[in-house]
Amino acid sequence: MGIKNTRDVYFVSGGISKFAKARPDVTFQPMVKEAYDYALKDIGMENKQAQEVFDGSVASYFSDHFTRQLMAGIMIQDYLGLCPLPSHRAEGGGATGGICFQEAYKNIASGVMDVCVAYGFETMSHVNTWKGNEFIALASDVSFDYPVGGFYSGYYAMMVVRHMKEFGTTVEQLASVSVKNHNNAFHNKYAQKRRKLTIKDVRNSGMVAWPLTLLDICVMSDGAACGILASEEGVERIRKATGKTPKMVKVTGIGRGTDAMRMADRPHKEVILLPHEKASDYKGLKYPGIHSFRAGRTASKLAYEHAGITNPLKEIDFVELHDAYTSSEIQTYEDMGLCKYGEGGKFVESGAPFLPNLDYGLGKMPRQGEIPVNPSGGLIACGHPVGATGLMQAVFALWQLQGSMKKHLGDDTIQVKDAKRGAIHSHAGTGTYVTVSILEKA
Amino acid sequence: MKTALQARGQSRLEGKEPKKSRLAEQSEKVYPEQSERVKLPETDDGTILFRVPFPDDLKELHNMSPIVVKQPYHIDYIHSYGQDSPFFAGLSNGKLLGTKCPDCGYAYATPKGHCGECGARCDWVELPKVGRIHTFTVCQFGSEEFLKETPYMLILVEFEKFNTLFLSRLIGFDPKKASLDLVGMKVRPQFKRNAKFKPTDVYFVPAE
Repeated sequence: MGIKNTRDVYFVSGGISKFAKARPDVTFQPMVKEAYDYALKDIGMENKQAQEVFDGSVASYFSDHFTRQLMAGIMIQDYLGLCPLPSHRAEGGGATGGICFQEAYKNIASGVMDVCVAYGFETMSHVNTWKGNEFIALASDVSFDYPVGGFYSGYYAMMVVRHMKEFGTTVEQLASVSVKNHNNAFHNKYAQKRRKLTIKDVRNSGMVAWPLTLLDICVMSDGAACGILASEEGVERIRKATGKTPKMVKVTGIGRGTDAMRMADRPHKEVILLPHEKASDYKGLKYPGIHSFRAGRTASKLAYEHAGITNPLKEIDFVELHDAYTSSEIQTYEDMGLCKYGEGGKFVESGAPFLPNLDYGLGKMPRQGEIPVNPSGGLIACGHPVGATGLMQAVFALWQLQGSMKKHLGDDTIQVKDAKRGAIHSHAGTGTYVTVSILEKA
Repeated sequence: MKTALQARGQSRLEGKEPKKSRLAEQSEKVYPEQSERVKLPETDDGTILFRVPFPDDLKELHNMSPIVVKQPYHIDYIHSYGQDSPFFAGLSNGKLLGTKCPDCGYAYATPKGHCGECGARCDWVELPKVGRIHTFTVCQFGSEEFLKETPYMLILVEFEKFNTLFLSRLIGFDPKKASLDLVGMKVRPQFKRNAKFKPTDVYFVPAE
């Protein structure tokens, strides 16, 4: 395996609509337009220039049930004035946004397009939370999983219980992920939840599925996000249209992995090793089982190889990863090789994934700031409008690498200083599809 | 939702005179040459919304509050278990079935028609009478269909000589006493007498 013979791909601009519990003031099309117009404006492009400059698009949305509208993608394409340019919809559960970003990448890398816009949305407020949970749970086997108690928080809770049993991970370690991400989001105006929390707050909030509480779990949202990707020729075209060179970043690696939809079916195999790991590190570990995400490991390995990364902890400056649950953030540290399998709990306790400059009320942590994870606040605090989420992570990564957080947020507290390389990670259905993409300062 | 037009129509139902509605009168005004009255039948369904505020200056419509309507959405879905049907027939006979690959020997505690390891068609086999809890949770909340059943316990059960797990409910155990010690506990299946042909026709109880 390995990705070969591709053209250079640049990520030139992005936009996000503020994630909110509900957006009854607009239908999904103008919500996407908010993100799209922001991305255009940020590179000084007029709306009417877009049809000449863009070659096509990829649309990202997860659930037809939430919209009760099939072919929502074309309705956005039409609303944005992008017809008759080519387009298609990307869908892969929670990883929909990450998949969309990579499909846009492929359009450019393959030479099919020179400028491609990736846009996505979800409108989850159209049903009550419990109905929303039902729609989401339909993304589990409807013969064997859904009818037994279809509830994603329950599935993830079972996964982390095994992680706790196997590796000694504690509920306080889980809670500290929530404290970190909410505190980060306090400085992110796009986030749905901006709160300073303590570990006690997280543990004392309502129990949803033991051991996961309300504050261990992301919330449903309405929101949209958009990114513009281009080849060198595409960048030149943008330059001609706008008279300016966009402050772009380069996409240097993409990877994607899969696993069985039914987590009951997850087999026991050898650990897929990253370049800095040895087989002896994992002697006797039953893998992936339900405590780890083999799809996340596969995606990481492919993306690292593509980007030439041999030690992610040392060579990546920050990560925006899919923290739908505090537990899945800890599991994902391990899949991405930021620490060894089994050490995710200790990794968060060390402070390594926290921002170096923020006081989280947790005292001094020995490794604070080593590799900030979810400086934006992640899904837990920003919200998770599924089709927009992976693209939202991409946009935050772009802004980090541009050093433009202050410009976009009016606050540079969550700006990672001198960030040169970042990773984004998008994850679906107990780890069935996972994408990892690597972005670097151009 | 009841639009202003429908609300007017409703007065016809309630009022004494079953004469022309105002809508019909209006249409006559618009099309005076029309000889026969043409109109849509008025209905009573939907949310009733009276007197939606409306400005004289249409520019102000940008500030209008969004109109939100309720749209019921019920489907009777014809779901086939297809190749997995023998599993559900087994439950109705008090048998818990898995599958096993005749070629490579990989054994599935949740049935899989074809082997994911080597591609062969699997054989039906009965699962052992006792399994162990591989992991669990207590759901205090759930999706709409299961809200009335909370708190309920979900478990993944492991069986000797089977490579994969089985998702089920644990009954007869106080959810308040759930702790990590539950992992590894022996459990045995019990079956509903009146089969509903759902995976919940089987549930597990502590076996020790």
